[in-house]
Amino acid sequence: MQVPAPFEYERATSVDHAIGLLSRRGSTARLVAGGHSLLPMMKLRLANFEYLIDINDLHRDLGFIKVEPSRVRIGAMTRHRELLESDDLRRLFPVFNDAERVIADPLVRNRGTIGGALCQADPSEDLSAVCTTLDASCVIRGPAGERVVTMAQFYRGPYETAVGPDEILTEIRIPLRPNGSSAFEKVGRRAGDWAVVSCGVAVWLRDGLITDARVGLAAVGPNTTGIPAVSQALRAKAPSEELYAEAGEIAARSCSPVTDQRGSAAYKRHLAGELTKRALRRAVARIRGEEP
Amino acid sequence: MNTGENPPTQFVDNDLKPVGHGRMLRKEDARFIRGKGRFIDDIQLPGMLHLAILRAPIAHGRIVSVDVTLAEAHPKVKLVGTGAMLAEHGLAWMPTLANDVQPVLATDKIHFQWQEVAFVVADDRYAAQDALELIDVEYEQLPVVVNARTALEASAPVIRDDLAGKTDNRCFDWETGDKQATDAVFARAEVVVGQEMVYPRVHPAPLETCGAVANYDPIDGDLTLWSTTQAPHAHRTLYSMVAGLPEHKIRVISPDIGGGFGNKVPIYPGYLCTIVASMLTGAPVKWTEDRFENLTSTAFARDYVMHGEIAATKAGRILAIRTNVLADHGAFNGVAAPTKYPAGFFGVFTGSYDIQAAHCAMTAVYTNKAPGGVAYSCSFRVAEAVYLIERLVDCLADQLGMDPVELRLLNLLKPDQFPYTSMTGWIYDSGDYESTLREALKIADYAGLRREQAEKRASGELMGIGVSVFTEAVGAGPRKDMDILGLGMADGAQLCLYPTGTAVLRVSCQSQGQGHETTFAQIVAEEIGIPPADIKVVHGDTDLSPFGMGTYGSRSTPVSGAAAVLVARKVRDKAHLFAATMLEVTVADLEWRKGSFHVIGDPAKSLTIQQIAKWAYGTGQLPDGVEGGLEAHIHYHPENLTYPNGAYICVVDVDPGTAVVTVRRFIAVDDCGTRINPMIIEGQVHRGLTDGVGMALMEMITFDEDGNCLAASLMDYLLPTALEVPDWETGFTVTPSPHHPIGAKGIGECATVGSPPAIVNAVVDALKPYGLRHADMPLTPSRLWEAMNGNAQPPM
Amino acid sequence: MQVTMKVNGNDVTREIEGRLLLVHFLRDHLGLTGTHWGCDTSNCGACAVWLDGEPVKSCTVLAAMAGGHEVRTVEALEQRGELDTIQRGFMECHGLQCGFCTPGMLMTTRALLDRCPSPSQEEIREAISGQVCRCTGYATIVRSVQWAAAEEAGTRTTLATGETP
Repeated sequence: MQVPAPFEYERATSVDHAIGLLSRRGSTARLVAGGHSLLPMMKLRLANFEYLIDINDLHRDLGFIKVEPSRVRIGAMTRHRELLESDDLRRLFPVFNDAERVIADPLVRNRGTIGGALCQADPSEDLSAVCTTLDASCVIRGPAGERVVTMAQFYRGPYETAVGPDEILTEIRIPLRPNGSSAFEKVGRRAGDWAVVSCGVAVWLRDGLITDARVGLAAVGPNTTGIPAVSQALRAKAPSEELYAEAGEIAARSCSPVTDQRGSAAYKRHLAGELTKRALRRAVARIRGEEP
Repeated sequence: MNTGENPPTQFVDNDLKPVGHGRMLRKEDARFIRGKGRFIDDIQLPGMLHLAILRAPIAHGRIVSVDVTLAEAHPKVKLVGTGAMLAEHGLAWMPTLANDVQPVLATDKIHFQWQEVAFVVADDRYAAQDALELIDVEYEQLPVVVNARTALEASAPVIRDDLAGKTDNRCFDWETGDKQATDAVFARAEVVVGQEMVYPRVHPAPLETCGAVANYDPIDGDLTLWSTTQAPHAHRTLYSMVAGLPEHKIRVISPDIGGGFGNKVPIYPGYLCTIVASMLTGAPVKWTEDRFENLTSTAFARDYVMHGEIAATKAGRILAIRTNVLADHGAFNGVAAPTKYPAGFFGVFTGSYDIQAAHCAMTAVYTNKAPGGVAYSCSFRVAEAVYLIERLVDCLADQLGMDPVELRLLNLLKPDQFPYTSMTGWIYDSGDYESTLREALKIADYAGLRREQAEKRASGELMGIGVSVFTEAVGAGPRKDMDILGLGMADGAQLCLYPTGTAVLRVSCQSQGQGHETTFAQIVAEEIGIPPADIKVVHGDTDLSPFGMGTYGSRSTPVSGAAAVLVARKVRDKAHLFAATMLEVTVADLEWRKGSFHVIGDPAKSLTIQQIAKWAYGTGQLPDGVEGGLEAHIHYHPENLTYPNGAYICVVDVDPGTAVVTVRRFIAVDDCGTRINPMIIEGQVHRGLTDGVGMALMEMITFDEDGNCLAASLMDYLLPTALEVPDWETGFTVTPSPHHPIGAKGIGECATVGSPPAIVNAVVDALKPYGLRHADMPLTPSRLWEAMNGNAQPPM
Repeated sequence: MQVTMKVNGNDVTREIEGRLLLVHFLRDHLGLTGTHWGCDTSNCGACAVWLDGEPVKSCTVLAAMAGGHEVRTVEALEQRGELDTIQRGFMECHGLQCGFCTPGMLMTTRALLDRCPSPSQEEIREAISGQVCRCTGYATIVRSVQWAAAEEAGTRTTLATGETP
């Protein structure tokens, strides 16, 4: 079996401790949470670090899902399984439950964290689509204090984020808005596979009309993208199959997939449309109580 | 259903000590469920060193220089080996099982990506891997050929310039059948349907990768090699031939093996490096391959481009089959098939049908890809043959507008035609193909499925039903035809019944999970009438087991199984003589009732086999010319292959919006003749069906045009999980083989061979509304969606 | 560095490299070779063990990360000479062939039964979906878990497995 190159292991006992270690070690250090993206890359020696800072003890402080009047706060060390099993998330943002059921596999979900998933910034990562859909923001803490960025600001390219070398993602904040629901659709080549395309959709209705809608598409560009044109096309319209199809067409037009092992660009573009359509349909059905 | 014999005994509780064939729990499970199996990487010896292999990142090129200075200076490194060093010992190249040669470590040229270049031996596995990064190799790249279709073009670079006079990439040409007769039938046929189809390169990917532990004793000159081998005796002979070590001083042990499927038949460079490393360091050395190495450098399977044609009458009588095949053998011909069969048993491509003529012309080529060819439970290329014929028959059904089941029923060989000599010269032993198919139709409720399909089609849903009726050819093989590098494909067996009435059976085949310790005990139990619990099966150790060719190509039951029957009968015959002496009657006065001899007409006068065993080692007066003791030995050559067969029905649903295929049901009815342990047979079938889902829907070893392997990990080489496969539905018929002492046939690969066409036929059937007649595996969502949109692409 | 953890109920302390993977710690340092490995990329699940009571892939956990925590392996399933029901289930229903994936499958399905005593076929398949078996085709593993569930519930009446005569 392949093994990582040598490194020094350090264990952070608090967020400040982690930031202190990062400040001292600079870019030669990397945080490890669940490790299910990082360690395979280190075993293949595609990534090498002199220091690995284990932040699993921070689960005590950063493993939480807190519902507040106007937002939900999710600690960055919250594990996939906790997201999957959260009744609050299932009720407020069913898109999480949809997605977590098809992210990797149960064993990986026992270890992997939302913070680790977002910070890996894999273009095919599913929670990025969920968070983009829900207009989440990311709380990043460093020696100079805390800052909050939008998902669009968080991603800087494939495998690149706004988190600096001495910073740590601590929390994901999701605004709570009434009269809405959400859904997630994914096509993989097999259970546990990374997405060929995955798509989150959130919709809000009032008096039978869409007040707002958001789409997050993964694996069809360098980073997960929200498609503002879809939101514009849906606002103030009554949900209908024709409207879903129109939204799908916009999503397909607006993304930039590439051909790879997982599928052709044409197929992925088609999926962007098809999955947008399906997720919209399901999210609306959920608002109407027609679907759990 | 049961057409040939009484239902097999069904027993489940080992404590009851039943005798003979039937469902019996496995003896070997006791260690595996406790985590006490002993696999290669579990072996720890005092002072053991660890070996790791450096591989070339390019697919074709010259080695300009190899600098190992820094690696040798690593404090934990004990030895660095290069091609140049092996060349000094005459070990840089080794023969393959197909009479080709292959470098152990590259000396001057790289022929495929991740070919072996150097090895490091260090104190631990982490240090060995670290030191690989300290070896500096400079390469000069050469143009790459990874597509068999372009390998013979004049502009293609010659890959095997090590072969004297080689000016192209032709590996071999091969032909079978009667071209003239076949062409004549085609010329006057009412209907001819042709289809090009690719069976993509796939990999057996056993869950345990390959590995070895070598321990050379410089004082006695004894070499002990634990290795992941499906053929310990054949490997030992080859090590002796290659390395010049005396055969009797080599002990090859195949410990518990975590799946083989043909991947562990060849001898890999890593094994030889491990042996050399132990000889040079004087210490035990372990090498265990990682998954990346396993997928990129060890035996692949398939990689056939087949153009098939089928000729028929308008009424649907199949007349003839012909095919041209382009076979991609990779950089070296590493096919591990009987030597006179360069295309394995592909000659059975006429399938289960009564036809008038058949012909195949094949060209095999070298490409800049890993060597191999027969693996992944293909029964020596029967997988490719079955896929060709079963897809062609569906294409014909489509052309004629006939139901594919009706078309098959019209053309299947009839029971009274057996033994049947096929148009390509294969002697099918037995079968009742129609009964087998009808059993599958019954379990599936075929008519009901077709009704459901019609309703679904009307509402735009895509449901497909696929059928395959296959004939396998397994159990290599007859002495007159079959050898590997001159070694006839016989198996040995030795049975010793000890004084207290318990026995040890030693067999030359070994298990990679098949459960031989159980089934071989059952075989002997049935013959000599002692409980399987009283029979220990010894296998997988050349010092402890008789010579034989190993376990692959579903040959264990047909060859070693037959040997076990016959050696047990020898023991029983000897016991018969002793019983007559003990009871002071003649042999003819005694009759055998499982476990004891009785005097005919006076059944109370009897002796159990255990009583006879005790006597055999005792002091009583022996019959004239008979030695004491109760043991026997046999070296068995089968008279023919066995031809298990089956009828499979697959039901799929295809999502019209995403092209995602769901295998909803799979019905497999197999006929492997006499059934020894139905539980184990069912398990073997389930395994192969899962292979079929993998190959049909997701597995492919693929390359980019620079020769980079794009399926080098289990992230990209996708294996089915529990969520991609249905709850299998199995059934059986029993048509004993007349060419096996208990009528048994090999079952180990039937489902791997028979299931892919059923699945592809089902998907193509589902897509009838799209006018699709064929799409190549793997039917991934993307590839299938492209096919639905008229852009079907052959796999690369 | 030094690491201390509880393995199968026993406290163990060893001097290790920071990069040592938990699977190698168990196999090479403690001799617990029941836990296997089959890939490099956390896809196959042959290395599944319990970390603080939950199944994880030990090829993707550093031994150092397990420091201060509790690990259980297949070797701990049998207690005082008595097999765990799940082990018996795998034997009874032919839930294994080569035995290589078996320890991981046993650990995952034992954990499943602990929190879901009567799982459906779908729940069982989902629970083992991060683990590859190349031999069984999974159906007999599903039956093995169902057998164990029925056995523990006292509702097992007949064998859940095999072809009936």
